[in-house]
Amino acid sequence: MRKLGMAAAALAGLVAVGVAGRAGDAAQVGGTITGKVKFTGTKPVMRRIDMSEEAACKAKHPTAPTAETVVVNANGTLANVFVYVKAGLPAGYRAPAAPPPVVLDQDGCRYHPHVFGLMVGQTLQIKNSDGILHNIKAKGTKNRPFNISQPTNMTTPRTFSAPEVMVTLECNVHGWMNAYVGVLPHPFSAVSGADGSFTIRGLPPGTYTIEAWHERYGAQTATVTVAGTETKTADFTFAAK
Amino acid sequence: MGMTKADRRMDGWADGAALLALLLLSAYPPIRLSAQDTTAGRAVYEKWCAGCHGETGAGDGPAAGTMLPRPRDFTGAIYQIRTTASGQLPTDDDLRLAIDRGLPGTAMPGWKDQLSERDRRDVLAYLKTFSAFFADTTQRPEPLVFGKEPGGGTSVDALRIGRQFYDSIGCRKCHGDRGRGDGPSAPTLKDDAGFPVFAANLTENWRFNGGSEVADIYRRLRSGLDGTPMPSFSDLIDQQFLTEAELWRLAQYVRSLSPARPPEVRDVIHARQVAARLPTSPDDSVWGRVERYWVPLVGQVMRKSRWFTPAASGVWVQAVHDGQQLALRVSWDDRSQSPDSAWLEFTDRVLETVARDDSTPPAPTPWPDQLAVQFPLAIPEGFERPFFLMGAATRPVYQWRWTSTPGGVREDSLSAAVAGLARGIDRFDPLPGTPLSAQAVYDQGEWRVVFSRSLATADTANQLHLRTGRAIPVAFFAWDGSNGETGTRMAVSTWYFLALDTPVRAQVFVSPILAAALALGLGLTLVRRAQRPRSQIRRRSDA
Repeated sequence: MRKLGMAAAALAGLVAVGVAGRAGDAAQVGGTITGKVKFTGTKPVMRRIDMSEEAACKAKHPTAPTAETVVVNANGTLANVFVYVKAGLPAGYRAPAAPPPVVLDQDGCRYHPHVFGLMVGQTLQIKNSDGILHNIKAKGTKNRPFNISQPTNMTTPRTFSAPEVMVTLECNVHGWMNAYVGVLPHPFSAVSGADGSFTIRGLPPGTYTIEAWHERYGAQTATVTVAGTETKTADFTFAAK
Repeated sequence: MGMTKADRRMDGWADGAALLALLLLSAYPPIRLSAQDTTAGRAVYEKWCAGCHGETGAGDGPAAGTMLPRPRDFTGAIYQIRTTASGQLPTDDDLRLAIDRGLPGTAMPGWKDQLSERDRRDVLAYLKTFSAFFADTTQRPEPLVFGKEPGGGTSVDALRIGRQFYDSIGCRKCHGDRGRGDGPSAPTLKDDAGFPVFAANLTENWRFNGGSEVADIYRRLRSGLDGTPMPSFSDLIDQQFLTEAELWRLAQYVRSLSPARPPEVRDVIHARQVAARLPTSPDDSVWGRVERYWVPLVGQVMRKSRWFTPAASGVWVQAVHDGQQLALRVSWDDRSQSPDSAWLEFTDRVLETVARDDSTPPAPTPWPDQLAVQFPLAIPEGFERPFFLMGAATRPVYQWRWTSTPGGVREDSLSAAVAGLARGIDRFDPLPGTPLSAQAVYDQGEWRVVFSRSLATADTANQLHLRTGRAIPVAFFAWDGSNGETGTRMAVSTWYFLALDTPVRAQVFVSPILAAALALGLGLTLVRRAQRPRSQIRRRSDA
């Protein structure tokens, strides 16, 4: 009798997982929020990074590398802005199982990507392509920190347990190396790219608070309502300070 | 009691409600207990801890501003000294040890002899209330489990393997080639809060905040020092980059960089008299055979602007003379050969972090490194010495001042060292044309400076006549320019003594033998004399 009950529970569990999975799939065809992150004012001059201490990294940069704090694109838009759903997911929304791992590559004494989103529990594969010593220190307030060492080419997995925008990652051997990871309880985030645009797909119908976060210029929010499979536009503008 | 009640009720109630009740019951006792504990712990905390760690545990008490490293901020529950993996909470035992023993090299004292066991237990419980992480039952700090230290840790082979990994895992990047905390990344290091942090000087293990011995060092390599740039190396074992035994060898190598025992502080620096030529170069091989004396230094906190966080913890002093000249070598660890523009931002962070009592905070400048050796103007007859902190206007002291930038002491100075008179902390009058010479070398995080001067001087009004066989008061001052040290912001010692020993004459060895022979002879004579009358008396009585 008991065994039967456990089997039933297990079956129910499987069904639930299946449903969640399908919900995730269904989300792929949900609503979309897209937009551009504009930049106004004088583009700040980023300071040069002296990599002479690391010949292996210096050789990977044909032109002198500069700090990545503010990256203004050729079309006058702002890159590396983390845009995500801050609030508005329907009550009872269940996040899909964590997507495949995100790779954070240390290449040329730089983190690639510099800004990215990650789900709670999703694996972050921290890769050292430089083959020289890097340490990777994560600093958050809602997540426990970590500080690990990679003296050679290797990959180390890590996960985060709590939503937090942002957790900072840094290398203390190379003081200029830093990255920002937005840890979310859902998959709805994007980062503005080389053309300043971003797209968040697969949203369930609803009214959302969308936040755009930049490491120097702070955060802005917008309210966007999406229904069905429609696409809504939300542009943001950051001004030079 | 509660359980039986709950059991009885379970018959009548819906299962869900019973479950809820059970959950509440199981949660209730620990909550109540911790509330009791923290009331007592809070009182202890507010009395003894809040002055540095702050009322809210944020590491920002009234005294925090003078400290570097800063007091622990408890609100993030990030602790450096743990037995757990990187990022994990410390165990209660980890916290207990830190409270009981204190943290060497920092302002945190041990409380074992100050507070009762109950007080310490209560305050530990209270510390944990500053962060929600300790209440989170998914956080279960477990000590890392690892094997024992392999033997033979001081053998040449063990140390060679240790050194190999010191290089291959990049320790030198921060700690430097010789471990003096002078690696290329050292000037950029910050802790989680953005405060400047020094890479540990691995040659001063008595100042390691997590303990000085091989096992302590190994544990730090496994756990990392959370909140600082020091990572954990545990993953490297999991990924078979190195074995646990090899990491132990590294710990043994790091231990070997420090002396077997912390340096002993002795009051008298003896300068032997040598027949051979005096070593005037800092790297003369003679210095290897001259006794070293450790002189601890502390921050200058008596006069404004005060300095609580000097870079140098002490200087090693060696001296020899040949009856005509004195050669005095001072060696001390310094992470930077100042002035060095690579350290300018660090200097800025230090000056911003450490509270000063200047009306206007100084702009960071590429200041030089400096050293001063101080004597009285004349060897005192009694115990009275001039004011140790650079004398006074009415009673100056005689000093040798060396700077890493020749011309820095005086615009027209050609020598890197000058003799002069200090008339208080802020007045130094050089004596031009003094026959003082100095040679310095900066080598992998260490300055070595040799001062040479003739013992005698014609100018006894302004210069000390150095005499053999006398206790000559001497004191030392050091400035690390890259640590923001200049003027009154410096490291100081108290008075010590320099004794110029003279060779022991043959007479000294012969005299005791003569004395002993004489004493024996006298003694025998006395005994005979004493015996004679007695036997005579006996004979008399017999008769």
